[in-house]
Amino acid sequence: MSKNNPSLLLKNGRLIDAGQNLDGKFDIFIVDGKVNEVATGLDVVADQVIDLGGLWVLPGAIDLHVHLREPGYEYKETILSGAQAAVAGGFTSIACMANTNPVNDNAAVTRFILEQARTAPAKVLPIAAISQGMQGEALVEMGDLVEAGAVAFSDDGKTVPNSKLLRHALEYASLFKKPLLCHCQDNALFADGVIHEGVISASHGLAGIPSLAEEIDIARTIMLAEYLRVPVHICHLSSRGGVELVRAAKARGVRVTAEATPHHLFLDERAVADLEYREPLDETAKPSMLCYNTNTKMSPPLRSAEDVAALRQALSEGLIDVIATDHAPHEATEKAVEYDLAPFGVVGLETALALALRLVEEGDLTPLQMVARMSLRPAAILGLNSCGSLAPDMAADLMIVDPEREWVVDPQKFHSKARNTPFAGWRLKGRVVKTFVDGRVVFSI
Amino acid sequence: MPKINKNIICDSKEMDRILARIAAEIVARNKGCRKLALVGILTRGVCLARRLQGIIREISAQELSLGILDITLYRDDLANATHHPVLRKTEIPFSLDGATVVLVDDVLYTGRTVRAAMDGLIDFGRPQSIQLAVLVDRGCRELPISADYIGVEVPASPQDRVMVRFKESDGFDLVTVTPRSAFQGE
Amino acid sequence: MGFRRKDLLGTRDLSAVEIRTLLESAESFKEIAERPLKKVPALRGKTVVNLFFEPSTRTRTSFEIAAKRLSADAVNMSASTSSVVKGESLVDTVDNLQAMAPDIIVVRHKFVGAAHLIAGRIGASVVNAGDGANEHPTQALLDLLTISEHKKLEPGLIVAIIGDIAHSRVARSNIWALTTLGVTVRVCAPPTMLPRGLEEIAGVKVCSRPEEALEGADVAMMLRIQLERQDRLLFPSVRDYARIFGLNRQRLEIAHPDAIVMHPGPMNRGVEITSEVADGKRAVILNQVSNGVALRMAVLFLLGGQGS
Repeated sequence: MSKNNPSLLLKNGRLIDAGQNLDGKFDIFIVDGKVNEVATGLDVVADQVIDLGGLWVLPGAIDLHVHLREPGYEYKETILSGAQAAVAGGFTSIACMANTNPVNDNAAVTRFILEQARTAPAKVLPIAAISQGMQGEALVEMGDLVEAGAVAFSDDGKTVPNSKLLRHALEYASLFKKPLLCHCQDNALFADGVIHEGVISASHGLAGIPSLAEEIDIARTIMLAEYLRVPVHICHLSSRGGVELVRAAKARGVRVTAEATPHHLFLDERAVADLEYREPLDETAKPSMLCYNTNTKMSPPLRSAEDVAALRQALSEGLIDVIATDHAPHEATEKAVEYDLAPFGVVGLETALALALRLVEEGDLTPLQMVARMSLRPAAILGLNSCGSLAPDMAADLMIVDPEREWVVDPQKFHSKARNTPFAGWRLKGRVVKTFVDGRVVFSI
Repeated sequence: MPKINKNIICDSKEMDRILARIAAEIVARNKGCRKLALVGILTRGVCLARRLQGIIREISAQELSLGILDITLYRDDLANATHHPVLRKTEIPFSLDGATVVLVDDVLYTGRTVRAAMDGLIDFGRPQSIQLAVLVDRGCRELPISADYIGVEVPASPQDRVMVRFKESDGFDLVTVTPRSAFQGE
Repeated sequence: MGFRRKDLLGTRDLSAVEIRTLLESAESFKEIAERPLKKVPALRGKTVVNLFFEPSTRTRTSFEIAAKRLSADAVNMSASTSSVVKGESLVDTVDNLQAMAPDIIVVRHKFVGAAHLIAGRIGASVVNAGDGANEHPTQALLDLLTISEHKKLEPGLIVAIIGDIAHSRVARSNIWALTTLGVTVRVCAPPTMLPRGLEEIAGVKVCSRPEEALEGADVAMMLRIQLERQDRLLFPSVRDYARIFGLNRQRLEIAHPDAIVMHPGPMNRGVEITSEVADGKRAVILNQVSNGVALRMAVLFLLGGQGS
């Protein structure tokens, strides 16, 4: 046992690990940054022993959809600050989207990201663009990018409108066994929309984005994957129609996976105008701008209450494989503008776990299912074989959670550089108290 | 409800007598005036002006023009009014140019209402002269204003409450003064 | 009771009592326009800033006259003269304005919620003079004031609103105010200009043809069609629109014999309304304009004492 990496014994925790299908009182012995043994009443000599007194031990969460903004938009977030936010939220691996400046469409940018990530507390996994410059015209050099360390391909933030290009991207990526993460949106139907086309767009005159804009493109993407017999991952499902498309595709045996974000699982369109929608707010922490809160503007938009129910149902059934945050940091002044002018996107890394725990509390997920959606399945989709579970020989990426600890979301206390959360003021239950990456403490409350 | 000690200043009969006297004084003073008009300040001044118009019609067969003035927009305490001012309609259905106008109000107190009313009137034209008739003068003026026709003088302190009631609006004619001491314990 | 708010941002959340208070106050202000000296000192020493990010000579002038008749100092600040053209954000513009201590800000902006953003940030009272396709409360209230001169604003009254409902703040503000008073509202628009689900959302009756909307209606409220929308595939041609949705004499026959015709202006004559109808004896379009000043005086007056 090297002094740099002392052995560690976590005793008396409740281990919830979907990979081993374990939920119970287990001790975990960690050696050289890896899980060595998981058992009840482990009797081993460790350099350090932590008695968890019943706290939960979960595999580190893996977010396959974050925006870290570096290079190019370091004023919004950096790889370091994003990773700090991640570990504070229990995420030990984060896959970062390519829409930086320059776009991560060549090996040099991928290597730069990995270089920056060396000192970051979480594992940062670069996702390369599908098309050069995300312009939807020519494929990136996928082989080169994979060699440099890209884990997936995505033009997230944009669709790939050219179906022939998307076809070739799916085909080519399958050669490297790397997934395409598809942001689905029909640009003409999306038009200049800013919120869901529904009750609030009709009553408040904000330009609407119909669910159809997303569903048409999900259908196209699924059809291509089905035809080509390759896997595809659908980013941020937001509507009932999208869920039904995924359901039907899975039933036909299409290798489609899907994610949903915590904000789409908890908020509906009414949050935009805050109509009768203050329930979870803590009175002492009310955000200053209750009406037309630009922190409810994201793409895809918050949809109807019915859509939220459908997403939860699909998450519960496993039709939605993954909870991903779509962590999209923006600087405060960028959001302090007219709703139409505000950029799309909200942060999510530091609130996702507590919101997922609320799904458990509300009966939508069992604790094991929650862990599957946040660790095991994302690892599988990204083809990561050393994390996502705490089985022996896996990396000791884990979080210690106090499930009873209540807290109020205060954006000023975020580790992220950004504060643009729609959950400001929410009273949540369950908090990460320690996060380990490769057996080392990277976050401690 | 504790019994409040009110002093009755004038009752219905007394009020009739007072108004008859004021009407007579208005007629006498403005003998030969071709354009004489009454303008009541909302709310109770209007009531009073209507009564005077009726009495003058009887005693002198003159039909005086009657105007209604809402002084809300002319108040000097609008900015810090704690209660919300209710705006009513001003109606001056005749030309004020060259007219002799008798402003009519129920109670003359600080003089600020009358100041506002004069400003308001002047916005409608240039009267030859403005006279002032009040039912009660309770003193405590804050502006150099005095009435030309006074029903009763009731020296009251600012804490006292002077109340005027009219048949038309309240069902009975009555003027009372309630001393401040009467409210204690209310 | 009455109307005690810092801002007037829309009609959506106004109560029937508030609407009636505003209308009654406006009724009293009409008289001032008939005076030789059309000015009262009510807002003497108050500063009213007309902050117009979209050009609108009519609305701005109406607010300016209203403010001046109340003796307020009215300052016009339009997007072309302000620093907006230099790329300053709305928040910065407002913070700068706040530093000059205005009492009332009248704001017109092309984006929804701009007035709300300002109101949440500034101590002064804010009057929304139109925010995107959302609300234009003073227009709706002056429309109600005009209707009340001819009809009783109560259940049983039928108002037909015809035109580009989806993009109309005038339509929205009218719908909220009228339905709050229990008035029956029928709306009619090309399907491309009608928000989905409006019937349930707004409690209005959606009619596919103007004939259906106008049948027995007491008020025909025509909306201005924005000709540039043609480029956005919302309607095939002006000619086609005029033929199917325009108000002409024959169509007006379908309405109640005493029906009045309204238009918020400026009109596209021959498109949404024929000149014959617009200049006809049932049109109250110019009354709407005069009532606009009285209504806006009432709004400024009622807000004037509340802000800061």
